[in-house]
Amino acid sequence: MARISAGIACSHVPAIGAAIDLGKTQEPYWAPLFAGFEFTKKWMASNTPDVVFLVYNDHATAFSLDIIPTFAIGCAPEFAPADEGWGARPVPLVRGAPEFAGHIAASVIESDFDLTLVNKMDVDHGLTVPLSLMFGQPKSWPCLVIPFAVNVVQYPPPSGNRCYQLGKAIRRAIDSFDQDLNVQIWGTGGMSHQLQGPRAGLINKEFDAKFLDGIVKDPEALTRIPREQYLREAGSEGIELVMWLIMRGALEGPVRELHRFYHVPASNTAVGHLILEPQA
Amino acid sequence: MKTYGDIPGTTVFDAEQSRKGYHLNMFCMSLMKAANRERFKAGERAYLDEWPMTEEQKQAVLDRDYNGMLALGGNVYFLAKIFSTDGKSFQYAAALMTGMSQEEYARMMLAGGRAYEPGKPKEGV
Repeated sequence: MARISAGIACSHVPAIGAAIDLGKTQEPYWAPLFAGFEFTKKWMASNTPDVVFLVYNDHATAFSLDIIPTFAIGCAPEFAPADEGWGARPVPLVRGAPEFAGHIAASVIESDFDLTLVNKMDVDHGLTVPLSLMFGQPKSWPCLVIPFAVNVVQYPPPSGNRCYQLGKAIRRAIDSFDQDLNVQIWGTGGMSHQLQGPRAGLINKEFDAKFLDGIVKDPEALTRIPREQYLREAGSEGIELVMWLIMRGALEGPVRELHRFYHVPASNTAVGHLILEPQA
Repeated sequence: MKTYGDIPGTTVFDAEQSRKGYHLNMFCMSLMKAANRERFKAGERAYLDEWPMTEEQKQAVLDRDYNGMLALGGNVYFLAKIFSTDGKSFQYAAALMTGMSQEEYARMMLAGGRAYEPGKPKEGV
């Protein structure tokens, strides 16, 4: 049977992708950030999953204002890195897991979470930057990826609680897939940041520290944070953090924290990262 | 009744903003194609005139007035296609929206970013 072996939380700032692609990771500005992922890259090399269920948000790339799915699961055999306005990132094609994704979609929909099914889409930095942070610059990605896009562009996004409950349904779906697969679930985006308006540049280290602790020890408490509180305290784009709760819901029960990293700034954003192992 | 309208220095991109900014944001989307970026750069006004945007929206684009575009229904992830076409970064655009120079803004971020101030009234920013 398929099983979830780890959960990863990770920010997905576009400038991090640009730093990697342009060979700037050892520059003084970027070196401290990439140092925080050295442990992860080594750990990932010896704990490479067969499949990553990758929760991220599309940034007006695959989804314009024509169609705005709240939750969308990618069921295609492959996903091309998108041209977001400056040319596509020079990263490998992302290979999907159509049969597994189809099973998860059916199971989750039967659990009353009505997903949008996507059979063709390009994937933007939200998905490819975490892959680069975990795996570096390989010729091809070492695992299959099921992209899971969450609307956090047009308000209101799904609540933290809805995301957490959905994570639990995803866990049941993965557990019931009849193939021996090592699966990781990644929750990406965040941490505190605001990219727009006169308040751009907002960083709230206290909020972030509490959120990191909460993800590890008391995710139920985080599910009670109302949307508006994210907007006010973590910044208008900090609301991406609800996606971490999908990952945490899928881990269920107590977890072991293998690695934690927090760094300000990456461009406009506070970067947070966790590696968690389910104990159950 | 919206309860999030009082967040200082922040435009929440909700259904109302989305309706207002539909064509502005869809114009931005078109800049994801290299050929369209070239056409836009070759003649911005003519390219904008192909879109049923308001005159105010078109002028805000021509002026690269990002706060103006936000007020007129733009969303920053869509507007990113404009500054990417200009070869500018998110940090450049963010600095512009705060009224700081890019150097000043970058220094603020290196020093830990803009501090969260609970309950600060809108006019205070």
